[in-house]
Amino acid sequence: MSGDIKARFRLARKDFTLDADLTLPGSGVTALFGHSGSGKTTCLRALAGLERASDGYVAIGDEVWQDESRSLFVPPHRRALGVVFQEASLFPHLSVRGNMEFGQKRASTATNGFALPEIAELLGIDHLLDRAPAQLSGGERQRVAIARALLAAPRILLMDEPLAALDLMRKLEILPYLERLHRELAIPVIYVSHSPDEVARLADHLVLLDEGRVVASGPLKQVLSRIDLPAAFADDAGVVIETKVAAHEADDLTRLEFPGGAIFVSRRGEPVGTLLRCRIHARDVSLALLPPLKTSILNCLDATVVDLAPTDIPGHVLVRLDLGGEPLLARITRRSADNLQIRPGLPIQAQIKSVALLG
Amino acid sequence: MEAHDLAAVWLTLKLASVVTLLLLVFGTPIAWWLARTRSRLKGTVGAIVALPLVLPPTVLGFYLLVMMGPNGPIGQMTQALGLGLLPFTFPGLVIASVFYSLPFVVQPIQNAFEAIGERPLEVAATLRASPWDAFWSVAVPLARPGFLSGAILGFAHTVGEFGIVLMIGGNIPGRTRVVSVQIYDHVEALEYTQAHWLAGGMVLFSFLVLLALYTFNPARKNMA
Repeated sequence: MSGDIKARFRLARKDFTLDADLTLPGSGVTALFGHSGSGKTTCLRALAGLERASDGYVAIGDEVWQDESRSLFVPPHRRALGVVFQEASLFPHLSVRGNMEFGQKRASTATNGFALPEIAELLGIDHLLDRAPAQLSGGERQRVAIARALLAAPRILLMDEPLAALDLMRKLEILPYLERLHRELAIPVIYVSHSPDEVARLADHLVLLDEGRVVASGPLKQVLSRIDLPAAFADDAGVVIETKVAAHEADDLTRLEFPGGAIFVSRRGEPVGTLLRCRIHARDVSLALLPPLKTSILNCLDATVVDLAPTDIPGHVLVRLDLGGEPLLARITRRSADNLQIRPGLPIQAQIKSVALLG
Repeated sequence: MEAHDLAAVWLTLKLASVVTLLLLVFGTPIAWWLARTRSRLKGTVGAIVALPLVLPPTVLGFYLLVMMGPNGPIGQMTQALGLGLLPFTFPGLVIASVFYSLPFVVQPIQNAFEAIGERPLEVAATLRASPWDAFWSVAVPLARPGFLSGAILGFAHTVGEFGIVLMIGGNIPGRTRVVSVQIYDHVEALEYTQAHWLAGGMVLFSFLVLLALYTFNPARKNMA
């Protein structure tokens, strides 16, 4: 696709080497996920041009920002991008409006699709425009920083752990705005995070980084359902399933449907028909050969074993299942796997002990 | 106060204003470079800028006199340009004072630039501001307290200099005789009343300057 983002960096630091080669979709949210020191922030800074990799290539669609093979390096202020840092980093000498207009005034007017009032409304900061940054809460500051970046008419929005410096309440305050951006923005977003929940909630595409290398890159569901990823990611292993609210039942349960079946969760506020993402950890899924008769576990689905692989947790294996086209992971002990003679193609019952709803 | 004294006060204020203005113009790029460079020369340049803090004014004055004199490199240049010689003139006094007060202006501004850190400038760059634009629209406004301290200290320090004025400027009424020299003259001539007027005025002036500095600029740190 012409809008694709291509990035390749080789960059050596004292105790760390980044060696990444990425092709990312030109729309939707791509999460760069990894533990601290995995190189995800360096990757983002190199994309923005804030770091210059000695061997690097960056192109957004047909626009080449860096190509060291012909010594081309477009400085950050000539790149049509927006960056949101971990700390909001608002200019303290300017009002909220002044901050938002800073990039807008400098961006070439022809490309800009956003107007200040709309963006302010979208992020819920229209009543704060005349305040000074010091008078804002942490969550408000970060929303202003996002608005400021968007008003500079970026072709791509880069976010470096924008929620990491905030407490849980502030995170919950901002996440709905991020989801709204995700739905309403046409530009691609690169989102650096070490929080599996944020990634599961926001991302369409996932890049896993470990020690400066790309371990996996692909559509979110596809990457999450891989069982061959390194140990570092195994404890958080789990899939994301896109469901639709099907019914609110009399006993305070809500039925969520997806192509592979239906699951029940505590009653939700969303109206019937709403799309909801849920995350199911591999450690919360157990397996049975026959439909269990006397059990308290409500969510029990027909599945087929696809394959299995060892994990880093001693005595455990990761089993990939297929739920009518939807992947699901289960982490069980090797002993159980042997007892049940789990093998590819085996029809099986997946019992889901808990479902995390995202959104 | 006599006409001589008023002339000295006027000359002092003129000298301090011109010097402060020149120091803001030339000191700011030096402060910016010192605050942001990773060059190995940073230490050397920083030490040279700070030299007037520790050198006796007579030493600095002596070398400037030699350089600006008829056989010195600056003197030969000014003569070649048809400007004559600088010692014992007001421009000569200005140049000497600029060197002497340099650290008092550069260091507060440098500290202020350092305190800003890298991030606001990176943010400005991602918002399409060129380095030159970001310097004026972000760095200078954020370093305002440093500029204020630097200007006040540079002005006050120039008003208070004595040794270097004697070395370079001599004691020519209306041209190089500033307040501090005038006080010295009065004391030599045992004119204590006149000396009191000027000396008392200097004490009051210095106090008010420092009061202004500490009152309006409480966040100022790491002053030289």
